[in-house]
This record gives sequence, structure tokens and C-alpha cells, in this order.
Amino acid sequence: MPDNLMTWSTLAPATAEISLALAICVVLLVDVFAGARRGLTPTLTLLAVAVCAALTVEFSHVAERTVILQGMYVADQLAFVLKLVGFLVVAVVLLYSRSYLEERGILRGEYYVLALSALLGIFVLISANNLLTVYLGVELLALSVYALVAFDRDSGVSAEAAMKYFVLGAIASGALLYGMSLLYGLTGTLDLGEIAVRLSGPMSLGVILGLAFIVVAVAFKLGAVPFHMWLPDVYEGAPTSVTLFIGTVPKIAYFALALRLLAQGLPGASLEWTQMLTPLAVLTLVVGNVVAIVQTNLKRMLAYSTIANVGFIILGFVAGTADGYSAALYYTLVYVLAALGSFGVILLASRKGFEADKLDDYKGLHQRDPMLALAMMLLMFSTAGVPPLVGFWAKLRIFQALWETHHLWLVIIAAAMSVVGAYYYLRVIKLMYFDDAPAGLPAPAPAPGVRLALGVNAAAALALGLLPGPLLNLCARLLH
Amino acid sequence: MLVQTLFYLFSVILVIAALAVITSRNPVYSALALVMCFVTSAAIWLLIEAEFLAVVLVLVYVGAVMVLFLFVVMMLDINLAELRQGFTRFAWLGWVTALAVIVEIAGVIWAKGGMGIDVDRAATPHAADYSNTLELGRILYTQYAYPLELAAMLLLVAIVAAIALTMRHRAGLKKQDVDAQVAVKSADRLRMVKMDAEKRP
Repeated sequence: MPDNLMTWSTLAPATAEISLALAICVVLLVDVFAGARRGLTPTLTLLAVAVCAALTVEFSHVAERTVILQGMYVADQLAFVLKLVGFLVVAVVLLYSRSYLEERGILRGEYYVLALSALLGIFVLISANNLLTVYLGVELLALSVYALVAFDRDSGVSAEAAMKYFVLGAIASGALLYGMSLLYGLTGTLDLGEIAVRLSGPMSLGVILGLAFIVVAVAFKLGAVPFHMWLPDVYEGAPTSVTLFIGTVPKIAYFALALRLLAQGLPGASLEWTQMLTPLAVLTLVVGNVVAIVQTNLKRMLAYSTIANVGFIILGFVAGTADGYSAALYYTLVYVLAALGSFGVILLASRKGFEADKLDDYKGLHQRDPMLALAMMLLMFSTAGVPPLVGFWAKLRIFQALWETHHLWLVIIAAAMSVVGAYYYLRVIKLMYFDDAPAGLPAPAPAPGVRLALGVNAAAALALGLLPGPLLNLCARLLH
Repeated sequence: MLVQTLFYLFSVILVIAALAVITSRNPVYSALALVMCFVTSAAIWLLIEAEFLAVVLVLVYVGAVMVLFLFVVMMLDINLAELRQGFTRFAWLGWVTALAVIVEIAGVIWAKGGMGIDVDRAATPHAADYSNTLELGRILYTQYAYPLELAAMLLLVAIVAAIALTMRHRAGLKKQDVDAQVAVKSADRLRMVKMDAEKRP
């Protein structure tokens, strides 16, 4: 059976997954036998991520779309870039989180193992070419994240958030499986490429039903209204370092999920799923932006801001063209960059025994820590879409894609909602710069290295906004 | 003919055992009846030449899962009277569900021709040296090797998550430290005291 033969050269495109799975085992073992040595596991994890990323760059670059492992795994330029972004974001997340975890006594080796296994799930999703691997990727990611949310075992709030996430996530998984089973029953194959071939022409009712369940599951995972109920509670209840994690890296995976399942797996039904996504996108934009205004907790406000941003990503899919998908990809990457920084500021502004998660905790941050306030200002301006920051270009690309596909009303609604959204982003800046600091708030004192990373993060939002060309071209090239 | 007789024999036992699971008042009896269900289903699977699945069903479900179940049922202090309160309130829902399932099954049996499902085709019996364990292994470790490894990863993550969320090292726990016990020296336990002889009272 020559086509079943697995050799190193045929497996090379999957280097990222293989090396990461090995790294998980190594970190797990080292943590068990030598984890008592302070700081060994966090350093080792960062090192492992760096080595895996280097191996990925060395071995898994493919010139064009390659399908391996009996058609279950697809390697293309998009997957390659998304995986490298995943490595980078997870490394930064772990770097930001370390002192937070240490101060709260939850710096345990399992945290790092679970973070890496979540990343593995993300990679599986990014390269999925089969309904089976899509589902396994979703579950690997979700299971790791449920455990991470509950990681602070003595916190009742975290336990409640994890429970809600787990139960609602299980329902979403059920919906995804049901939709997949209908598609499998109607096409007789699990292979996404094969499904795309077999489902052409007018869609039968069964396909549309299966599609509806898949769209619901994708909407749930992304946090689109009306399937967003879990998101604010989980973001608020989870330890802030975990909020930082679930607010950033999984978004890349869920973008890939939507792209692989809907855009590449069911292109024949694109008319149907864009019709389903349009009301979702509009509701998501309106609810996310309007409800964010009344929040007093910054983590919760950013959770609603996430929902609002997800609305924009979905709009990219509604456009339904290669331009639309590349706009959605660009928006996802830009959003991840901004979320990484803004949740990072919450982490760094917190101290032992003090969670800087209320909006009032940011009053007069400029007087206490000008650098942190400056970084937060850049990131808030970027998320609000103020030029010349990178968030502006992301929104502009989405508008362009919608305009070209004659979705005038969606452009108007999205633009109006951006204006509404600007209010609560600017309020954070007003609190930081124009309000006096109440007495008794401790000054943030993050480690110099972490401070530097945050500075680079915020500067990247500005630099990519001043020079948007390279990233825009990259996104366009990956999806054409 | 023999196969058919065996099939009906096992089916009758299966249905009776399944009824016993939901009707017996003692949860331990229910669990034991469920074990009976699994064993008879395994026997029925043997009849349709699914030997590997039958063995796995007995090993995994009867041998591991149900034993665990029995332990849990016996350990838990369940107040049955409290559980049964308000049970009849939802009885109609149960009847409606049961009726719907029966109608669905009947629908499938009657409509078998119309859906393009080829149910009448008899399975061709395999030769005596045919091993479905071998076939299963062959397909599982070649075509489905990637999902299999992913499922293995998923189980590993589940173990790590379960341990991370439940294992606690409490300070001041009074437990046996075997290393310390073995390493103990006589001088640690025994104190030699030199004292003068005393006069008997």
C-alpha cells in the first residue's frame, strides 16, 4: 500500500503539530519530575514554543496546497502563516501571564500543558480537511480551555464561568456534530473537498438543515449574537491570564473553522449560509456595541467589544468573495493584536490581591504609569478604528469588501455601530488621562521584559497602521 | 435456524433486562441489569460477526465502566423517596417521547424502500479465518491514524485537566511517609538513659 506509507518526507508539512505534541509530553514530564524548581516550566514552555516555531519554519513550508494523511490534513500558505501567528501569540500570552499566575498561587505546570494542548487543537483546526479532524480540533481546543477557565480552583466565580462554558460548549458541539452527521448522510463522505464537489446545484432541504446547525455551532464558537451568552460571563469570571488566552488565539482557530467549513467545504451553498450569517452579523454588531456602553467592568466591556468585533469578521464572510475572506483574515489578525495588548494591560495593572478589572481602577492611570496608559490608549484607538492605527485599515477593508458586493445597508449599519463603539473605547482613554487617580490605588510594577513586550505590542498597532501594505498584501495573497 | 433462535433468545433477554434497568427500585439492581444488557448485546453482535466490538463491549463497559458505576451507586447515599418526588408529574412527557420513538422506528421500517436505503441486503458471511480485529486495526492505523492520534491527545488532555482541577496537596495532612519510615535509625526512636540503681521500696 504505497499511498498509506508514512515517511518523514510526507509528514513534513505537519511538523508544527508533531513537534508541538512532543513538546507537550516533554513539558508534562519535566514538570512532574523537576517542576518544583522555580520557574523551570514557564521558561521551558517558552523555549519549546520557540523550537517548535523554528522547526515549523524549517520543514513545513509548502509552496502550494498539499493534502496529506489520507486527505485529512491540508497544508497551505494560509495554514503556515496562521500557525506561526499562533506560536507568537501564545508565547506573548504566556509571557504576560507569568507574574499574574505567580502572585495568585496558580502557577502550576498543568497551566502550560493545557495552553500548549489548546494551541495544538487550534493547529488541527487550521489544517483540518475532514469533518472528523474539524471536530477533534474543536474538542481538543475546547477541553483545554474549559480546564483553563476553572484553573483557579478556589474561586467560585471561575468555577461558575467554567461550568457555563462547558455546558453551553457541549450543546454547541452537539449542534456541530448533528449538522456534520446530516452532511455525511447526504453526501456519503467526511472529506471537505469531496463534500464541496458533491454538493453542487440547488441545495436540498437536508443540506440546508445541516448547514443551519453548522452555522449555529460556528456562531457559538465565535460568540455571535444570539449565541453570545457565555462570552461575557466567561471573560469576566476566568482568571485574567486565561481571559487573555481565550480572547486572542482561539479567534484565529475559529476564523479558520469558518473558512474551512463554510467557504472551502460548502462553497456551493454560499448563498444559503451568507443569508444565515447576515442577520447574525447585524445583531452581533448592534448588541455588542450597545451593551458594551453600560458596562462598569473592563473585562466585561472588552468581552462585548469582542462580540462587536466578531460581527465585523462575520461581515467579511457575508461578502462571500476572496476579498471578503482576506478582509476577515486581516481583521482577525488585527483584532488579536489589539486584544493581546488590551487584556495584557489589565494583567500588568493588576497586583497581588488587587484585580484591576473595574473601569474606575483606570482613573488617572497616566499619573501612575504613563507608559501603560500610552499603550492602552494606542490599543483602544486601534480597536475603535481611529486612523492612523491599524484597526482603521481593518474596518476599511471590511467596508470595501461589502461595498464591492453591493451590501450598502450592511456598510451603513457597520459604520454607525463603529461610531457607537468609539464612545466606550474613548471613555477608557478619558478615564486614564483626564480623571484624577483615587487615593489608594497601587501603581503597576510589571517586570521590565514584560513591559518591553507590551510596548512592542502597542507600537506594532501603530507601525502596522502607518505601513499597512505588507500585512494587507499578505492577507490578500493567502486567500487568492 | 440456530442463529435465528439464538438471536430471539438474546433479544428477549435484552429487552427484559432493559426493562429491569428502568423499573427496579434499587439502583444497584438497575446497574446489574444494565450489565446484563451489555452482555446480551455483545452476544448479539457476535451473531453478526462483529467479534471485536463484542469483546470490547464486555471488556470496557462491563469490566470497567459498570464496575465503576456500581461502586459509585453503592457509595452514594441516595435518598430514593426524595428522587421520586414529582416523578409522575413528567410521566406524560416520557410517554410522548416513547410514542414518538416507536412511530419513528415504525416509519423507518415501512419506508425502507422509498429512502433508497438497501436494508434487505443480507450480509455476506465471511470465511472462517477472517479476522475483523485485523481489518479494524489495519484501517485504524493507516487511513485513520491521524484522528486516532488526535483522540489519544484528547484523552491525555482530559487526564491532565481532571488531575489539575481535582488533586490537592493540603498542608498539614497526616499521611504515611514510607521513605522516612524506612530511613529511620534506632537513635531516632530509642533514647539510652544512664541512671543509678535505686533502692527497692
